[in-house]
Amino acid sequence: METKTLLKVNGAGIQFGGLKAVSSVHMEIHEGELIGLIGPNGAGKTTCFNLLTGVYVPTEGEISLLGERLNGLDPYQITRKGISRTFQNIRLFKELSVLDNVKVAYHSLAKHSMLSSIFRLPSYFSGEREMEDKAIEFLKIFELDQFKDEVAKNLPYGQQRRLEIARALAAEPKLLLLDEPAAGMNPQETHQLMELIAFIRKKFNLTILLIEHDMPLVMGICERIYVLDHGQLIAEGTPEVIRNHPKVIEAYLGEEVH
Amino acid sequence: MKQAKSFWGFLILAVVFYAVIQALISFNILDQFYENALILMAINIILAVSLHIVIGITGQFSIGHAGFLAVGAYVSAIFTMKLQLPFPLAILAGGIMAALAGLLVGIPSLRLKGDYLAIATLGFGEIIRIVFLNIDYVGGAAGMQVSHMTTWTYAFVCLVITILVISNFTNSSHGRACIAIREDEIAADAMGINTTFYKVAAFAIGSFFAGVAGGLFSHNFYIIQPTNFGFLKSIDILIFVVLGGLGSLSGSVIAAILLTIISTFLQDYADTRMIMYSLVLILVMLYRPQGLMGTKEVTDYLGKWTGGKRGDSNGNQNIA
Repeated sequence: METKTLLKVNGAGIQFGGLKAVSSVHMEIHEGELIGLIGPNGAGKTTCFNLLTGVYVPTEGEISLLGERLNGLDPYQITRKGISRTFQNIRLFKELSVLDNVKVAYHSLAKHSMLSSIFRLPSYFSGEREMEDKAIEFLKIFELDQFKDEVAKNLPYGQQRRLEIARALAAEPKLLLLDEPAAGMNPQETHQLMELIAFIRKKFNLTILLIEHDMPLVMGICERIYVLDHGQLIAEGTPEVIRNHPKVIEAYLGEEVH
Repeated sequence: MKQAKSFWGFLILAVVFYAVIQALISFNILDQFYENALILMAINIILAVSLHIVIGITGQFSIGHAGFLAVGAYVSAIFTMKLQLPFPLAILAGGIMAALAGLLVGIPSLRLKGDYLAIATLGFGEIIRIVFLNIDYVGGAAGMQVSHMTTWTYAFVCLVITILVISNFTNSSHGRACIAIREDEIAADAMGINTTFYKVAAFAIGSFFAGVAGGLFSHNFYIIQPTNFGFLKSIDILIFVVLGGLGSLSGSVIAAILLTIISTFLQDYADTRMIMYSLVLILVMLYRPQGLMGTKEVTDYLGKWTGGKRGDSNGNQNIA
């Protein structure tokens, strides 16, 4: 059964001055898929994410979500269209409580205006209460509700990662981008993370694109994998195909000596 | 509702405090000197809180705040002295014009970050001052005569409104959006927050109240001159915010109160005044580098004492 195309990247790339960081990337992600994006250090994976989320504006090609062109939109507009992300080096709102971190993600759904907040009109109270209830429900799903009043920076590392994923999901994305979610985790935490990813995917009916260096994780959960090297896609396919792809082996291990 | 309760608590306390001081003034127990000191304190608190929303909440380092104070001061003085309009209207007009000036300055300069923004706002602040210096209509360098209209009542009402508006803003989803920008602008953007909009909005709100303070300021001193609104005035306001603790509204209020008291009482020691004032600043920064209150609010501590009323900074009751 053919599913709908969610994200389509058509020859997208970006040039910084004379340096082509990423060029002519083609990707097509269908609804409900779990896709991996791998490549050696400096291959341009995070740059690719930054193009998708609007941090950088592509200098070539086109990116579209459900047929809608995303080029040139600001990051916050792209988030509202349905792409949300986590970061390689965790970017939580450190001084805010765990609960408030999630509430921030609900901000674009806020029904009360700035004026009704300042004058404390009834819509402020109902809007804030709705947000709070929703955020607490959400934290319960991620088993973070026990920490809700804790300041985010005081959480253990694994929980911070968890909270960042929760926050990204609170923005109600169609496509979730995870930038090295397992970075710095021990094997047990990585295992929990794999379970979490499988769980949220089912629960929220989500499409996920993830960057990861942890090969067992990528090979274990991704249905398809894209491989980037020197800013270009060098391979695409199922984990089986990727594992045996000569170009991928070359990129990771170097050329075979004859 | 907890928040509704602390709102009324704050208002009742404010009314009681106002009535006590007003009674003391009426019965001449507090003489002109003290009334003036109290008015000055209120003006300084308004200034501190109006900069707090820009620096402490939104994290945008602005050091041209005296420019907006100048706009409010001059515009309100023009309203009362040249156009013979009532004082409350003049205060409002001063605030609105300052907010417009804030938009004008904020929209281009808030693209900048950190040090660059600081320098840009410093430049804009100086431009505003020099514009007034060169307008003969408002007296140029010689300054403009303004009659004394600011009373304890005006100052206190403006102060209460300022604190209510800014704390209500902070404790809403919109305020959280601003704090998110302070904490991590890239992440805030990625969470669907229109960062430019909120930076400019916070800047305009801050400028509005700086303008209100300007109206009170100009009608308290008989004369206003461009030199009142120089770079050093901006730094004075910045010191309140930093000393109180970046991100703490009650901290800004407490710092403004303390520093106003210190500089008022040091007036008797004109020679050593600035040295002592600087020493206080150095000592506080050495022993409390995070500021007097850190990022905490007075109500956070109240919550600990009374058991669990946490997280609403509505009641900065000790506006002494």
